[in-house]
Amino acid sequence: MVKIHERKFVAADPEKCVGCQVCEYICSWTKEGAFNPLKSRIRVVRINQLINLAVTCRLCEDPPCVAACPRDALTQSEETGLIMVDEDKCNGCGWCIEACDYGAIMLHPERKVVYVCDLCQEQGEPQCVKWCPEEALELVTSDVLAQKARITAVKKLFQEALKVTPITS
Amino acid sequence: MKGYAGRILHIDLATGKTHVEPLNEEYAKKYIGGIGLGIRLLLDHSKLGIEPFSPENPLILTTGPISGTMWPTGGNGHAFVSKSPQSFGVGESKSHGSFGTELKRAGYDAVIFEGKAEKLVYVWIDDDSIQILDASHLMGKSPAEAEDIIREELGDYYIRVAAIGLAGEKLVRLACIINDKTRAAGRTGMGAVMGSKNLKAIAVRGTRDITVAKPDEFMEFIKEFHERMKGPATQKYRTLGTAANVLVHNAIPCMPTRNYNNASFEGAEKVSGETLNERFVAKIIGCSSCAMRCEHVCVVPEGPYKGTMTRMEYEPLWAMGPYCGVDRLDAIIKGMDLSNYYGIDSIGAGVIVGFVMDCYENGILTEKDLDGIDARFGNQEALIQLVEKIGKREGIGDILAEGVKIAGEKIGKGAEKLAQHIKGVEVTGYDLRCLKTAALGFAVSFRGADHNRHGAYGFDVKGKVNRLIVEKGRGKMVKDLEDQYTLIDSLIVCKFSRGTYYKGLEDMAKLYSLVTGLEVTAEEMRLAGERINNVARLFNIREGLGRKDDTLPYKVMHLPVPDEGSSKGAYVSQEELDFLLDDYYEARGWNKEGVPTIEKLRELEMDDLIHIAKRKAEKAEER
Repeated sequence: MVKIHERKFVAADPEKCVGCQVCEYICSWTKEGAFNPLKSRIRVVRINQLINLAVTCRLCEDPPCVAACPRDALTQSEETGLIMVDEDKCNGCGWCIEACDYGAIMLHPERKVVYVCDLCQEQGEPQCVKWCPEEALELVTSDVLAQKARITAVKKLFQEALKVTPITS
Repeated sequence: MKGYAGRILHIDLATGKTHVEPLNEEYAKKYIGGIGLGIRLLLDHSKLGIEPFSPENPLILTTGPISGTMWPTGGNGHAFVSKSPQSFGVGESKSHGSFGTELKRAGYDAVIFEGKAEKLVYVWIDDDSIQILDASHLMGKSPAEAEDIIREELGDYYIRVAAIGLAGEKLVRLACIINDKTRAAGRTGMGAVMGSKNLKAIAVRGTRDITVAKPDEFMEFIKEFHERMKGPATQKYRTLGTAANVLVHNAIPCMPTRNYNNASFEGAEKVSGETLNERFVAKIIGCSSCAMRCEHVCVVPEGPYKGTMTRMEYEPLWAMGPYCGVDRLDAIIKGMDLSNYYGIDSIGAGVIVGFVMDCYENGILTEKDLDGIDARFGNQEALIQLVEKIGKREGIGDILAEGVKIAGEKIGKGAEKLAQHIKGVEVTGYDLRCLKTAALGFAVSFRGADHNRHGAYGFDVKGKVNRLIVEKGRGKMVKDLEDQYTLIDSLIVCKFSRGTYYKGLEDMAKLYSLVTGLEVTAEEMRLAGERINNVARLFNIREGLGRKDDTLPYKVMHLPVPDEGSSKGAYVSQEELDFLLDDYYEARGWNKEGVPTIEKLRELEMDDLIHIAKRKAEKAEER
């Protein structure tokens, strides 16, 4: 029996994200009690005015950050898929930062250990998702992401037909 | 005092010396921040009568107490203040984006640039480390190019940059300062002052935490404003954007067209906000911490300007469109893009082109004077060519770069009367002949012709008053709005969000209190707003401006609206203007000459500045 993927992570919809950084502010506020994007677990990239996207940990199935850590400071929770940092073991060497394709794991500017999105375990739900004014952020599984991408692609393909028979979803 | 960084940075560009002084708490409370604090610092740090381009004229960069927080639209603001090379009075311009929030995290309420660098430099503010670096490789680059190069060479892609373009370097009087590539401190020539200091760019990285006095209540208040910002108060900005004004103004009609020869434009549909959104708007993006989003990013999909990408708002669209008789949105977008490329105020640039076209059609300027440009109204190619020339100070552009007032005087032959400006600052997209509350607001604006100092056009356009007459009470209406607007620019929050402050000053007082921990009332906030208008007025008085400068462009007072419809025949006579000014000065507690009375200054706890008003009175007596 195959298992449906249950691991959820925060993904930004490139169509909706406007680069406002509200996610950065609320993240640093929630986790660090201060407004400071440098301490945010989600970061916004604006390549130009049209290309904006918030990026955070994708909870990879085979996380390269964990594999890269020479001190076994990083582990992945089997249950949630979250990357957990043993701050006593981490010495801030940055191998994991280099290994992450998304720049989602970062060195904390004060504590000098790495930090990464934990989906706001304490708060019960990711605050960036809750606060995003554009509803561009979502807590999703990779299966749902794939489904959505498929639906979008098919809708585009049948744009003309949809004009005649509009659907609501 | 939370909210404030508590520090003012002085940078002497001539000697390279820098020092930090603590922010005067009394100033913070009395002048809030942003333009208010900036204007007060300008008064303190400049001598009477200095030339705007002299090294003695300081360029002051400020943040507000809200900057750096998560407050929607307010976390990201900054302002530039200096003596304006256009009005020779207060110059100030505010901008949003991500630059202001970074500067606050670097730990500064204000940065005062003094002196003049020997050669072109840029300043790198990296928290407490201040470096003045060579910028010879940035010479002639656009602000956006300079931003990319600086980020690359300093090795951090999150560094924020505010820069001038070629126009600022060449002292084009309407040069602006652009941050985050598309956001401009556009008006009153702050970019030219920056250029006069050989300062190409300011790069900032700030790593400090920003906290507020009452975090829990602050976050609750933010949540409430996030909701309000999804509501009707901001709908226009989130959907059609300010370009929606085109059809609204055209229908009234009150849209200056062809350099004020008309008040409506037959090509309005073609350049409407509706057409813009349908054909050109590719995305609407937001500034740092904003829960609205208003920045309509346009891309030209085809034709000669294909691929041009720029932000668009009503004002530049109007200036380069109807005001020049141009009905091609792709060309208007190109004109805006060029304004950003060279770093010039796109409103002023459009108004100057409209002026040139008027001169051309009246035979005051010929094709020969214009290096072969066929400057007929409506010729979009002439628009593009002339904006280029202003940006580069090339050919006729060298005269035009002086701004429409000085250009009119230099060209002569009646061109002065075609130059539509107030206090040397080019007009904006409201026909003042038939919007008489707005006309008063524009006439008394301390930074010259501008809708953003008062928003008094709202009463006229929305039909809350009879826009075609003058009457008692308009002075008070303008005053009250002005006091709120100076506060908005001092806190700093975005004017597009003003409608979300349902309780007006009360909401602003609450915001200020939650952030700073200083308990203030709505009345104290109002007083601060009034005080800021008075300090700006005192600066202008000190520099020799007065009632004579609170006036309107020639055509507004001499050329009745010719267009059929409700505005037909409207203009503002000298008697009407005098009536409005008297009413306004009275509401302000100023004398007939528009000088704040000693009683008013005492009431506003501005005793330390009474000498300026007294000196003016003595000078008047001598005469």
